[in-house]
Amino acid sequence: MNTVIEVDDVWKKYRLGVLGTGTLRHDFERWWHRIRGKPDPYSQLDQSTKVESRKSKGGGPNGGPGGVLGDDEMWALRGISFEVKQGEILGIIGRNGAGKSTLLKILSRVTLPTNGEVRIKGRIASLLEVGTGFHPELTGRENTFLNGAILGMSRSEIKTKFDEIVAFAGIETYIDTPVKRYSSGMYVRLAFAVAAHLDPEILIVDEVLAVGDAEFQKKCLGKMSEVAHGGRTVLFVSHNLSSICTLCDRAAHLHGGSLIDSGVPAAVVDRYLKAFTSETYGHTVNFAKPATLETWMESASLLINGTLGTVAQTGDSLAIRASFNGSRPVQTLLFGVLVSTVQGDRVLCTNNSFLPWNGPKSAVQQGTITCDLGPVPLMEGAYRISIWYGNDPHHLQHEPNVLGFDLHARNIWGTQHALPQHFSLLWWDAKFHLDPAS
Amino acid sequence: MSKSPGSVAEEWDLIIQPRTGWLDLHPGDLWRYRDLTMIFVWRDFVAQYKQTILGPLWHIIQPLLTSLIFTIIFGKMAKLPTDSLPPLLFYMAGVTCWSYFADCVNRTSMTFISNAGIFGKVYFPRLTVPVSIVISSMIKFANQFALFLALLVFYWMQGAGVHPNAASALTPLLLLLMAGLSLGVGIIVSALTTRYRDMQQLVAFGVQLMMYATPVVYPLSIIGGGSFRWLILANPMTPIIETFRYAYLGAGSFDPVYLCYSALFTVVVLFIGIVLFNHVEITFMDTV
Repeated sequence: MNTVIEVDDVWKKYRLGVLGTGTLRHDFERWWHRIRGKPDPYSQLDQSTKVESRKSKGGGPNGGPGGVLGDDEMWALRGISFEVKQGEILGIIGRNGAGKSTLLKILSRVTLPTNGEVRIKGRIASLLEVGTGFHPELTGRENTFLNGAILGMSRSEIKTKFDEIVAFAGIETYIDTPVKRYSSGMYVRLAFAVAAHLDPEILIVDEVLAVGDAEFQKKCLGKMSEVAHGGRTVLFVSHNLSSICTLCDRAAHLHGGSLIDSGVPAAVVDRYLKAFTSETYGHTVNFAKPATLETWMESASLLINGTLGTVAQTGDSLAIRASFNGSRPVQTLLFGVLVSTVQGDRVLCTNNSFLPWNGPKSAVQQGTITCDLGPVPLMEGAYRISIWYGNDPHHLQHEPNVLGFDLHARNIWGTQHALPQHFSLLWWDAKFHLDPAS
Repeated sequence: MSKSPGSVAEEWDLIIQPRTGWLDLHPGDLWRYRDLTMIFVWRDFVAQYKQTILGPLWHIIQPLLTSLIFTIIFGKMAKLPTDSLPPLLFYMAGVTCWSYFADCVNRTSMTFISNAGIFGKVYFPRLTVPVSIVISSMIKFANQFALFLALLVFYWMQGAGVHPNAASALTPLLLLLMAGLSLGVGIIVSALTTRYRDMQQLVAFGVQLMMYATPVVYPLSIIGGGSFRWLILANPMTPIIETFRYAYLGAGSFDPVYLCYSALFTVVVLFIGIVLFNHVEITFMDTV
């Protein structure tokens, strides 16, 4: 097989500190201070961002073959190299900030690498977003031409494929309606249909399948594998691990700007889910013995569907288990858990003192206590867990944000529509009743 | 992955590399994407008037009202001379040209700011956007120009002292100069706005003020030897508007030397603009 994409030691540097000073006045003041031999009035400001950026990088090595890293810069990609063969579907997975989007942006020519080279054979089309450039006032027909042209099709090309596009999207009736009146599903369908008919030799897709209903997702996956079986190549980035497994021939795992794993999708995904835990959050955390408490947690663990882990999927059961020890047996045990988003929004809390539970039959000194949350109605995202433990409500061992997990979307009901992931914090497994008037 | 000796000889369609020099311009890309440019032109036109009741009639109302107000304020109240031409025609000639230039500068200067969303997602030559703006503004210019011609014929039939002459054959050149000049100025500003957001405020205001350094509401002839003469003559729009007025109304100054100066100015500004724009277009997404 032919190699159609060759990514050769690609590095990408982003600047962090200079962004806050982008006004003419600041630059002018800097220049004015410089010609008078005075210190830069904004260097103080830069200093603080430098420290900040260092902290966020975790003090990693600053230099590398990609070039020298300034104090206010960071590497988004650190020497990525891989090849993609013709007709291959490569899935790219990784946590937020692992460099997936940056890599796709470089492949799509939206931004350029700092170092290294990407060589591509054949026409490349990228779908980093559905409906790029769609104008709400224009009709579906007009937007098809507009979007097609933005994606690189010529007008005559769009004309010949127009009927096919409309049929694929299934919106024949609404093709002359302004897209601002479309439902989000119709909008996505039309947008994907345009992109799918680009006939590129290489198609780059980012996350778009996360939207739209299940039936249409199936259609998209079908189209993508059809594209691939026609000898074309697909690069697919997604948080949806199950579609990576079903669709891709090969998966690659990006972490911290480096390619750390690649191979058979199921195996890569498995290793990603099981072995890989987040940098700061393991599935288990150990605590130092607090000086003043009679009973304390020695460690706490996160269980996902009964096994230790940090990556969950929609509908998975979560449990937090703490091992405790004490200086004497105690009769009361208080255990509280708070789950919040990475942004710090408190999503759910529970505490055995306000819930009916059978406390210890006799005083305990050592053991484990488990808080079984069951299936949590959380949307896709990253979450943090804080824990309270002790026997005296006024002197509890409080361990804020000590555990964490990533939750990935999965359609657990197998229905037509996927959960709208960013619409709310929680979903709810409700029951619906219909009572027709007789 | 080190380069295998075989891969060097291989034919690649596209090689994505770190950015090269300032003069790495790829002018062919713009031609390859000409369909996109034309679709942008059409989008601008359709989207702009879809929801307005009067639609493209706005094109005509705008200069008509502006010229009327100029006639009242500068003609009747301030009593500025109009080279003994009917004031309405005199102002309309200036307003038609100036509003094309001002529109283009104002809109092209927003290129990066208002298209950041698309630019972050898809590659296409970014220059297609300002070029399409300059072209779509020509539709508006054409409507206003037609209105101007209609008024000209009306006044001519009334026997007013207007003398259209052979210089009107220069109209396409004048339009091209205005398009090139406004494109150049606009893309220089748009490149600068990515670093200095203040520029946005400055430009809208600056274009407004610049109108008074251009013979729009007064003829060049009243400047005489005044101390601001150099400023008005250095303004590359001055010869364009004066030539336009001379060609259709028969009054004003027409000097090929000044017009050549405008052309040279346009070429230089356009070149600087394209280089700057090209430089920003590839670093822009990293700085927003």
